Amino acid sequence: MKACRKSFTDTLLGLAKKDKDIVAVTTDARGSVTLGDFAKELPEQFVECGIAEQDAVGISAGLAHSGKKTFVCGPACFYVARSLEQVKVDLAYSRNPVTILGVSGGVAYGALGTTHHSLHDMAVLRCFPGMSICLPCDERQTAKLVKLLVDYPQACYVRVGRAAVPDVYEDDNFTFEVGKANMLMDGKDLTIIATGETTYHAKQAGIMLANEGISARVLDMAWIKPCDKEAVIKAARETGRIITVEEHSQFGGLGAMVCEILSENPVPVRILGIPDEDAIHGTNKEIFHHYGLDAEGIVKNAKEFVKK
Amino acid sequence: MNAKELTLQSEKNRKRLVEVVYNAKAGHIGGDLSCLNVMTALYSEVMNISPAQVNDPDRDRFILSKGHCVESLYTVLESRGFIKPELTDTLGKFGSVLSGHPTIDVNGIEVCSGALGHGLSIGVGMALAAKMDKRSYKTFVMMGDGEQGEGSIYEAAMAGHQYKLDNLVAIIDRNHLQISGNTEDVMALDSIRERWSAFGWDVKEMNGDDMQSILDTFASIDYANRKPHLLVSNTTKGFGVSYMENVASWHHGMPNEEQYQQAIAEISARIASLEKNI
Repeated sequence: MKACRKSFTDTLLGLAKKDKDIVAVTTDARGSVTLGDFAKELPEQFVECGIAEQDAVGISAGLAHSGKKTFVCGPACFYVARSLEQVKVDLAYSRNPVTILGVSGGVAYGALGTTHHSLHDMAVLRCFPGMSICLPCDERQTAKLVKLLVDYPQACYVRVGRAAVPDVYEDDNFTFEVGKANMLMDGKDLTIIATGETTYHAKQAGIMLANEGISARVLDMAWIKPCDKEAVIKAARETGRIITVEEHSQFGGLGAMVCEILSENPVPVRILGIPDEDAIHGTNKEIFHHYGLDAEGIVKNAKEFVKK
Repeated sequence: MNAKELTLQSEKNRKRLVEVVYNAKAGHIGGDLSCLNVMTALYSEVMNISPAQVNDPDRDRFILSKGHCVESLYTVLESRGFIKPELTDTLGKFGSVLSGHPTIDVNGIEVCSGALGHGLSIGVGMALAAKMDKRSYKTFVMMGDGEQGEGSIYEAAMAGHQYKLDNLVAIIDRNHLQISGNTEDVMALDSIRERWSAFGWDVKEMNGDDMQSILDTFASIDYANRKPHLLVSNTTKGFGVSYMENVASWHHGMPNEEQYQQAIAEISARIASLEKNI
């Protein structure tokens, strides 16, 4: 059990010690990102931009363009809002292969409120050609992701949370391929598709439902773009119902994506996410519970949904 | 090339530019004309760049941050053999590779640009990469004066100073006009030198309408002074076409046939005169 941001930066530091072209860029956020060790140990490969996200993304584009394997790291909420145009033009459109590590994404900042939430990131970034999106669910998957991104050919946005998260994968013996969903449990009554930190809750919900005689398939959809269309179509065909769970607006994210994929051969889909309102103030745990994104909420929804 | 030869090259580029914009019925000809001299000097003399070097890690980099003046860049790239005239002639046609702003689909163009205020940060990144890798290439960024309203430029100004990027040259095409009128009426830039000096940049001023002034100014840059460089290039919007000069409506105006013929005649006369004197 470890925070994904820490897993990300520990793995990155290990790789960067052996590869001088790996560069970390940040915006007065070395603490929140957990890049303090990187800055101390590899100052020549660390670029501090001050509180200036637009500049940080532009500088990252220039670094990547000149051969640096660039990771620009800071709070997700600012990188997908303040510097969105730089992400669109300087990274995606210009095909500069920079990884954005957006930490404390979704509602991870909890009571700090809407200024610090990033509940629109998937919706916006999905529309940018040249941009990949991945929301890893735990420390092991995050570590595998970092290794894969060092030589990734295009820009990628990675969103992780803030707190330590329980393990979804209990050892390293699992596959993690770009654009592929992982089936955590198989089932026939419905499929629960989750991404990022909701994946753990989806897996727990699958176990709880099994105890109540409901057979749920659970998919870890870490990759939002490219996404595993086949896994969604197969789940619809074989289980007939889908619940999506995301720490994101109900508009434009995982649930919307699943509905787009199934639009020609639809099955009932229930989208669990944050409704079109300013998220309630509380800890991220309380917010998850309020909107039914924890295991208890997913189970409640699944039971209602299979009865319909 | 010396100043006279470059002036002739720039006039040839100017004639081609007017032709391209007229045929495409698209472009930002006023600003194209004001920055053309400097871009001709950069690509034909100042920068270490050629079509054979587009993937050379040691090539000098150029970013047209005022990306709406891309027709000027296409013309200069064509003159140096980066792109063929047949390609330039597709500008404005459905499905053309050429956009109204720079894109990486065009040989010789480093990054997509044209959302104003982006180029200098990218230039900072390129210059920083050169420092990290101990490479000697230089990075040149052409900005507009109207573009100076974008706040992101000043984030990049701070970073350029912080990292002592003496291998970075920003140029402001100071033609005093933006789409709505005089820059001083829209959002004043009166203290442009003092502002950039206060940000820690090495500021120089030149006459961007005069090739000798351009060459002398680039030659005077000290690339080891631990300061980024800012050149205020004083120019005339619409330079070289009499009826376009200093008229804001030529920001993206389109010449009619009569105006087109007049522009070509004016430029052709100067070319003939320059060719006689070289």
